[in-house]
Order: sequence, then C-alpha cells, then structure tokens
Amino acid sequence: MIDYLREIISGTWSLFVGLGITIRFFFQPVVTVQYPHQTLPMTPRFRGHIELVQDEETGETRCIVCGMCQKACPSNCITVNGEKREGVKGKVLTEYTLDFTRCSLCGLCVESCTPKAITFSKDYNLAGLSKEAYIFDLIAELSSLHAHTKLIPSGCKKCLEAKN
Amino acid sequence: MTVDPEIIRLLAFLVGVIAFAALNAAYLVWLERKEAAHIQLRIGPKEVGPFGLLQPLADGIKLMTKQLIIPAGVDPVLFRIAPILVMVPAIMSFVAIPFSDTLVARNLDLGLLVIFAFASVNVLGLLLGAWGSCNKYAVISAARVVSQNVAYEIPMLVTVVTLVMISGTMNLTGIVDLQMGGFWHWNIFNFSASPLMPVAFLIFFVCMLAETNRAPFDMAEAESELVAGAFTEYSGMGFGVFFMGEYANIVIGASVATILFLGGWDCPFGLFPGVHWFLVKMYFLIFTVIWIRWTYPRTTFYGLLNLSWKILIPISFVNLILTSAMLKVF
Repeated sequence: MIDYLREIISGTWSLFVGLGITIRFFFQPVVTVQYPHQTLPMTPRFRGHIELVQDEETGETRCIVCGMCQKACPSNCITVNGEKREGVKGKVLTEYTLDFTRCSLCGLCVESCTPKAITFSKDYNLAGLSKEAYIFDLIAELSSLHAHTKLIPSGCKKCLEAKN
Repeated sequence: MTVDPEIIRLLAFLVGVIAFAALNAAYLVWLERKEAAHIQLRIGPKEVGPFGLLQPLADGIKLMTKQLIIPAGVDPVLFRIAPILVMVPAIMSFVAIPFSDTLVARNLDLGLLVIFAFASVNVLGLLLGAWGSCNKYAVISAARVVSQNVAYEIPMLVTVVTLVMISGTMNLTGIVDLQMGGFWHWNIFNFSASPLMPVAFLIFFVCMLAETNRAPFDMAEAESELVAGAFTEYSGMGFGVFFMGEYANIVIGASVATILFLGGWDCPFGLFPGVHWFLVKMYFLIFTVIWIRWTYPRTTFYGLLNLSWKILIPISFVNLILTSAMLKVF
C-alpha cells in the first residue's frame, strides 16, 4: 500500500519535472536559421566549386595559362585557353570553363596551381533547370559575380555580395 | 408583425457558438504548431501573414479544395455521417456553457449532465467512422477508443459527482456562483470540502485528456502504429471536420474544468469578474493541454488502462467517500 502510494506520488512528480523542462525550452530563443531569408557564414574550409581569384593590385585574374589545373584534373572538367597579345608579358586567359557536372571537388586543381589563381568558392546554392547551367564560365563569373545569380534564390544575393 | 426577441437571441447565440467553435478549431491548430515549434526551439508557421496568423485560412482552403474521396468498400451512410457526429455534439455542448453570468445560450438546470451526455456521443462518432471505413487500422483504433473512453469516463464522472455533492446543483452558473470572491473560494482549493481537491482536479484534467484523445492518450490516432487510426480513410474536409470536432472538444473540456474547479469567470483576487477571466483560464488550460502533448511520449495501451483502473478510479472513489464524510460531519 505504501509502495503503491509512493509510486503514484513519485510518478506524478516526475511528470511535473518533465513539464518544467519543456517550458524552459519554450522560453529559450529559437536556434533554427530561416534559410532563404537568413544564411550562416560559410566556414573557410568549405569546398564549393572552384573560382578564379581576383588579383588585389590589377583587379584581373592571376592565371598565367600554364594548364597545370587542366592536367591535374582527374575528371577532365577544366578547359583553359589563352593567347599571346601585343605588349603583354606572358599569355592572356581567354577561356576558363568548369564542367561542374563532372567535378568531384577533389581540389587537385587548386593544389597544382602555382600562382594561386584558383580557389574554392563558398557558393552552395546550386539549383538549376538544365545541365548546361552547370558549365560555368569562370571568367565571366569573375568579371561580374552576378552573372551567376540566375541560379540563386533571391535571399542569397546578399551572401554573394558579402563575399564580393 | 413583431419578431419574438427570443428567436433573435437564439439565432445570435447559434451563429456565435458555431463561429466560436470554428474559430477556436482553426486557431488552436495554429497555437499547437507554434507552441510545438517553440518547445523544439523552432519558429513554426511564419510565412502566411504576420506570425503565420493566416496559416489556418490557407490550411482551410487547401482542405476544402481537396477531392472528397469515398473509398469503394466503405459503408456509405456511416462513413459520411461520422464526421458530423463528432462535430455536432461538440457544438451542442457550447449551448450549456456559461461564459459569464449573463453570457450563456441556455442556462439549463442540468447543464453539467447535458455536456457529459453530448461528450459521450463524440466517441460514437469516432467508432462509427472507424467501423464504416472497413479498414483494419480504423477498426483497431475504434476498439481502443471505446475501451479508453469507458475506462476514463468512470473517474471523470465520479469526480464530477463529488463536485455536484459539494455544490448541491448541476446548474453550471450555480456552481460558479458558489466559487465567487477570489481564488481561495475556488473548488480546486476547497479544502474544507475535501483535502484531496487538487488531486481531484488532476484526475479530471487527465480524464479530459483521455476523453478528447489527446497525447499522451492519443491511442485512437497513433500515427506510428495505426497510420491515422479512425481517420485513415478520410480525406479533404471529412478529415478537417474530424479535426475541428477534436479541437472543439478540447475547448469544451477546458471550459468545463474552468467552471468546475477554477471558478469560471471569477477573478483570482476579487476584481472585475467577467468573460475575460473565463477566457484567460480556459486558454491557459488549453495551452497546458498542448504543452503536455509535446512533453510526453504516447503511453502503451496497457499503461493507459492500468492508469485508469488501478490509480485514477480508486483515488476518485476515495475522494468521493472522503467528501461525503466531510459533508456529513461538518
């Protein structure tokens, strides 16, 4: 009889303890990020698709068209082309295409790049309607980071601008 | 030609009661989703309107535009009539509930009896809907609903009998009038009638959860075991009406608990009694009902019946005997 009552009382008390825990959570601030409206800053080690690095002094690409990245790529998804121009030392980059449909994000191209002209982007909003949308023209993307925006939900233009 | 004012009053209350029930059903879904979200550190509905306040409207439109599928094998009459049988008694019960000393559709002398009579019909609606569906999950759910409601009706009614003995009336306005004048007069703290009154309130509250098939007693609709239980075969507004009936029943349960134990429209510290106090207490109880749902996991069926037959019924009888002894002695 005593055990019966003790079990009832301790059981009821445990129910109130449980309610106490949930009500504390109820008044805590929410932890979810409202994704299309808010985004978290990406970590520095995030590996997105590669992008060309803008040189701080010239504002141009640092690429010397050596073709090492193209050779290093195990999936053959990088196409680099350049030409000689009058009065310019070295080659000038005319085409840098990344076929992202085949890229495995291994990063061998970034490692092999001697002038550190390519790096991983922080772009993860990669939804598209066609396969062709994933053949990125990285030169166009470098000259205007907004060239890419048609693929990106409206809320994330901000994070691109922040990156810029 | 003059219109009888009684008829106008009747129509006004009819429209008011249906609007109140429907509005509550819609916005309690919103409250449930918001509260569940915040307990889980989420935000909940927020896109439709400010704070997601138009979400119930969007849900309603979605449910109404859905096709009403009536499966080939069902009992056509029972299948169609069951959602109405759940909704109508819930709305009928509102007739007897006094929201304040003047705001009551019909001040019945046997108001308490009327509410409990209609509350039992709710189970019949669920049973018929489940049986008419000819679905194995629905039938299992129906069997559970009936045994659960039989088990929990007993402690609930024994507790109510205790209160009727204290009050000496079944008129709900009369019961509240006896509790006027501050929270120490409320039945939940009426220690002169029985020292077990807070326990009686707990018993009533637990039984109310079980009667309205709310978690942790939602055996009728145990999604993880029975798909959706009695509602498995229902689609569109058929399902919607079942749901509105369920929320209307929660409102009824919270209202009755407020009237019986928490002094109805009485202010806790004796100032400005009125309908607002009734609504504050009622919505606090409803908040607690939702809070409980998002705290405890679903009980097993045996646990549920053991709780009723081995704990709630003996304690409610002890309370009944104690109260009658105290009433006789003092």
